[in-house]
Amino acid sequence: MSSLASLRVAKAPYLLTLPALLLFAGVVIAPLVMTVLLSFHDWGQYKGIEPVFVLKNWHEVFTDSYFLEMFWRTFRVAFFVTLLTALFGAPEAYILNRMKSPWRGLFLLVVLGPLLLSVVARTLGWALLFGGNSGLVNKALMSMGLASAPVPFMFTETGVIVALAHVLMPYMVLAVWAALQRLDPQVENAAVALGAGPFTVLRRIVLPQVMPGILSGAIIVFALAASAFATPAIIGGRRLKVASTLAYDEFLNTLNWPLGAAVAVLLLVALVAIVVGSSRLVERRYAQVFG
Amino acid sequence: MTFLALEGLGKRFGSHVAVDGLTLGVEKGEFVSLLGPSGCGKTTTLQMIAGFVEPSAGAIRLEGRDLLAVKPAKRGLGIVFQSYALFPHMTVAENVAFGLEMQGVAADERRRRVGETLELVGLAAFSGRFPRQLSGGQQQRVALARALVIRPRILLLDEPLSNLDAKLREEMQIELRQIQRTLGTTTILVTHDQAEAMALSDRLVVMNQGRAEQVGPPHVVYERPATPFVASFLGRTNLVAGETVRPEKIVFAATGLAGKVRTRIFQGNHWLYQVETASGLLTVIRQNSGEAMPGEGEQVHLAWGKA
Ligand SMILES: Nc1ncnc2c1ncn2[C@@H]1O[C@H](COP(=O)(O)OP(=O)(O)OP(=O)(O)O)[C@@H](O)[C@H]1O
Ligand SMILES: [Mg+2]
Repeated sequence: MSSLASLRVAKAPYLLTLPALLLFAGVVIAPLVMTVLLSFHDWGQYKGIEPVFVLKNWHEVFTDSYFLEMFWRTFRVAFFVTLLTALFGAPEAYILNRMKSPWRGLFLLVVLGPLLLSVVARTLGWALLFGGNSGLVNKALMSMGLASAPVPFMFTETGVIVALAHVLMPYMVLAVWAALQRLDPQVENAAVALGAGPFTVLRRIVLPQVMPGILSGAIIVFALAASAFATPAIIGGRRLKVASTLAYDEFLNTLNWPLGAAVAVLLLVALVAIVVGSSRLVERRYAQVFG
Repeated sequence: MTFLALEGLGKRFGSHVAVDGLTLGVEKGEFVSLLGPSGCGKTTTLQMIAGFVEPSAGAIRLEGRDLLAVKPAKRGLGIVFQSYALFPHMTVAENVAFGLEMQGVAADERRRRVGETLELVGLAAFSGRFPRQLSGGQQQRVALARALVIRPRILLLDEPLSNLDAKLREEMQIELRQIQRTLGTTTILVTHDQAEAMALSDRLVVMNQGRAEQVGPPHVVYERPATPFVASFLGRTNLVAGETVRPEKIVFAATGLAGKVRTRIFQGNHWLYQVETASGLLTVIRQNSGEAMPGEGEQVHLAWGKA
């Protein structure tokens, strides 16, 4: 009697999560499994996709230096985007946090506002700014004396990195902002009372405490940058491909779905490994200090 | 010359007056407590001395020099914050060493003094731990060590013991008093615990609504409260015909004010009585000497010596 009741109670949580689980399985797991299966199928120019089991695509992805270069570029771009967002986003969050009441809300909206805008629209904006030798960015750079000749932005890694950094900046600002919110202002006062100047307080007290925030922001930005599609597609075009645009091309232009699937699965696996690995590292590093 | 002088110190937040014309002289080596109910302006006063709140009126002088002209980082004061405010990303030793680093003390000397100070507060074995691996009482002692190690001219303590349990608080009070005596550091303690203030201080400043109601040694303030507020804030009081009588001054006698015991509570070392009399309900405290005491409902007579 009572064991029956407890059994029912034990089952309840699983039953309650069932709808969400089914949805998850339907829209996430199933397509993923199908993509993985697809990557083992054969493909030919005239025969199309053949549902057989071959390692051809994987062999090609791992041995062809073309693919190696694509993946290298993807992670190089993601790395520099992450670096840029950290370099600009962390101080941005700090300044925002120090602003007084009406301005703070206003500028937070300015910083996070882009999230309300389609990535495509924002990237097209950058394309306009970069466009050609007489693009606004180049004009500004040259008139400030920062560049002697127009810097090529369109279809270059530099352009993709700049545009992606802008697109992903809000995520870094939000992560650092959240970490700053948790700081006790009295801790900074304590450092001041012990004789620390403003710069020392920033470097020795504030920065180490928001480091977990910067690192978690970095993990998010890295993952989003490495898997971004719209921005590299518009700024990099077909001349400068990254893993995601490569997969897209294999699917829709070459129509070699199995090869595209292999590229997509490899990108996913590499990203999951990097993200999980680095968050483990971050967690272990800070578990003792911040818990 | 007074060591630290607060001269007509005032602070208003908008239209709210947090501190109102506070004047106080503190001698070198003295232990002074600011005592008062929540919101009476104790923390604000301390923060003005520390330099984190700017006064809207008055002056602060340290050895005759204007302290308000000195930046907080240059005041050389040791502060223990209400929330401890330890550096969470630094070990105990690093926390304590920070102030010495800022003073440019050489590494060997730094290590020696950090060791000494941690010894003093009984935390030598914990130097490698992070703050969140310590108990509340240990964190509080780290905060104290961090403030003491720089040999501050004045030690400012903002309710440093309020988060501790009764037993640990008592231990820390004794420790704090000993440390202060040994080092002779001028100390200002903020508290709303009257027993703590009386136990530790050379002088009390009883504050109410931003003003100092009475300043004096604990026993004087307790025995001769200047205002009804001070009397009621410092321990229990009875008001009999316009006269303030402390409950422990009243004895059961053969003659005197007649009354009937309404309640009797045993509190270990003493009995707490509520007696109904013609002058109203009086509180009586009698030491527990093991003798038989009047029970509830009994008729008694109360007497007390005229102060
Ligand atoms: N930054 C501020 N802005 C507005 N009002 C403030 C500010 N800081 C303090 N006050 C007000 O000033 C008064 C005194 O505050 P203070 O913190 O000095 O009290 P306290 O005596 O330390 O109280 P507690 O025992 O609760 O710590 C309070 O009424 C408080 O609301
Ligand atoms: Mg306070």
